[in-house]
Amino acid sequence: MNAIPGRIAPAPLLSVEGLTKWYGHVLGCRDVAFDLRPGEVLGIVGESGSGKTTLLNCISGKLTPTSGEVRFDTRRFGLTDIYGLSEPDRRRMQREEWGFVHQNPRDGLRMRVSGGANVAEPLMNLGGRHYGNMRQATIDWLDRVELDTRRIDDKPRNFSGGMQQRIQVARNLIHGPRLVFMDEPTGGLDVSVQARLLDLLRELVRDLGLAVIIVTHDMAVARLMADRLMVMKGGEVVETGLTDQVLDDPQHPYTQLLVSSVLQI
Amino acid sequence: MSTPVPARANAPERYYNYAYLDEQTKRMIRRSILKALAIPGYQVPFGSREMPVPYGWGTGGIQLTAAIIGPDDVYKCIDQGADDTTNAVSIRRFFANVADVATTEDTGEATIIQTRHRIPEKPLKAGQVLIYQVPQPEPLRGLEARETETRAMHAYEEYGLQYVSLYENISAYGRIAATAGYPVMVEERYLMSPSPIPKFDNPKMAQNEAVMLFGAGREKRIYAVPPFTRVRSLDFEDYPFETQTWEETCALCGAKDSYLDEVILDDAGDKMFVCSDSHHCAERRAAGHVGPMAGHTLDQDAALKEPAQ
Repeated sequence: MNAIPGRIAPAPLLSVEGLTKWYGHVLGCRDVAFDLRPGEVLGIVGESGSGKTTLLNCISGKLTPTSGEVRFDTRRFGLTDIYGLSEPDRRRMQREEWGFVHQNPRDGLRMRVSGGANVAEPLMNLGGRHYGNMRQATIDWLDRVELDTRRIDDKPRNFSGGMQQRIQVARNLIHGPRLVFMDEPTGGLDVSVQARLLDLLRELVRDLGLAVIIVTHDMAVARLMADRLMVMKGGEVVETGLTDQVLDDPQHPYTQLLVSSVLQI
Repeated sequence: MSTPVPARANAPERYYNYAYLDEQTKRMIRRSILKALAIPGYQVPFGSREMPVPYGWGTGGIQLTAAIIGPDDVYKCIDQGADDTTNAVSIRRFFANVADVATTEDTGEATIIQTRHRIPEKPLKAGQVLIYQVPQPEPLRGLEARETETRAMHAYEEYGLQYVSLYENISAYGRIAATAGYPVMVEERYLMSPSPIPKFDNPKMAQNEAVMLFGAGREKRIYAVPPFTRVRSLDFEDYPFETQTWEETCALCGAKDSYLDEVILDDAGDKMFVCSDSHHCAERRAAGHVGPMAGHTLDQDAALKEPAQ
């Protein structure tokens, strides 16, 4: 990761330092630190209960950490600790510059309104007041995530799990965020749907130059999506490095176990 | 015009715990009203009391009326615009009984008008108070179930979500089809649900001379629009706000510009359109306006007889 001589490394988009979260006396995650640069995809892997989701929630401003800093390069304030911002500023920054794809589309979508309105909502939250323009943007995005645009007004419950996940992806990308969090985006999907969604996500992320933090317990997802990996165990980061390096030559005994326990068909 | 106050033997004692509520409760409600008037459109929580009618029958409006009414007031109560519906008659009789006030059906004469569903057709004047009975004070509730979240949205003026409901309307019906409880912005700051009045009445709220108070008994919220306040109905740039219109006129008074109710007359599909504001319609008829179906006096004797073979 060292800068090439004569070239200045880009400033970090997100910088996490000494992040610790205790749930009472139970450890969520301890002393996590990393930098994320624009356009970089960071994977967080580990078994369930290892603190992946706690870490993601802390970074994404959903859960106040016990100690440590999460600095994000905001458009309005520059690189600043998100928990130092006032609540309205933080919420506005989250709306404008971030996206969050949940594992369960029911957590990320409004199930009572149509798929099209779900996709258009971020535009309205950012002040969009022209129906025709928002409608067109929605149709464009449904097309981009390979959904049938004629089904724009169907309710999310009438879509399959994979399609709901595509709606969620469109909803989280339509407003042009710079950083997207994904919590097991392919969690509940069968393997073929998973593969197609991953393919789509990878393409979109590359095209848009998005920075992504993706939490997964699936090594295959990590291998396909992530540039860098962080391996977590018992709330601590035990190994970090380039994805191929970590998966092909794991150093920590736990990473070795994790890599070797992937089923081979 | 107004019904006179009957003399009571124990008149002086009746001013203790006057108008059904005890003094402390009225004081608490008045404080909430003052706060609501100071922050137009903001929902002020208050300690709603149990009333002698069920929730949904106007407990919020009755508590507001009880808190501000005095023996000199002239009270009018309407339901769906009409003075003679069961709910309106009962509430009017309730206040005639517990507050010894004169009651009226005349919009111009009343000082306090309690309403459900309508703003009277006759423009309100300074000095009048319009009290709305509100079933659901939170305009965002249908889209966001969490109270903590809707409070934050009001506090930080995050009202994009409300447009999702309008968007849904247009995508489903090709126009903003919502007709009642149409959301408004008050003084360009607070998003407010105008209670289930038809959107036909929304423009009447803007720059109105009268004080408008909203009470939700079950949800325990009071909010207000003070006189001469900006009230704007939400819309899209390419789908501007518009009110309902009718091709028909009022069958009784011939009014073209009032809010009309459709009344089914028989099983053959015959129907009539009639002013929902019963006092407005009566006043017009008294002034000589005649609609297409007016002029028939009811022959009650004929109605009681056996139908002719």
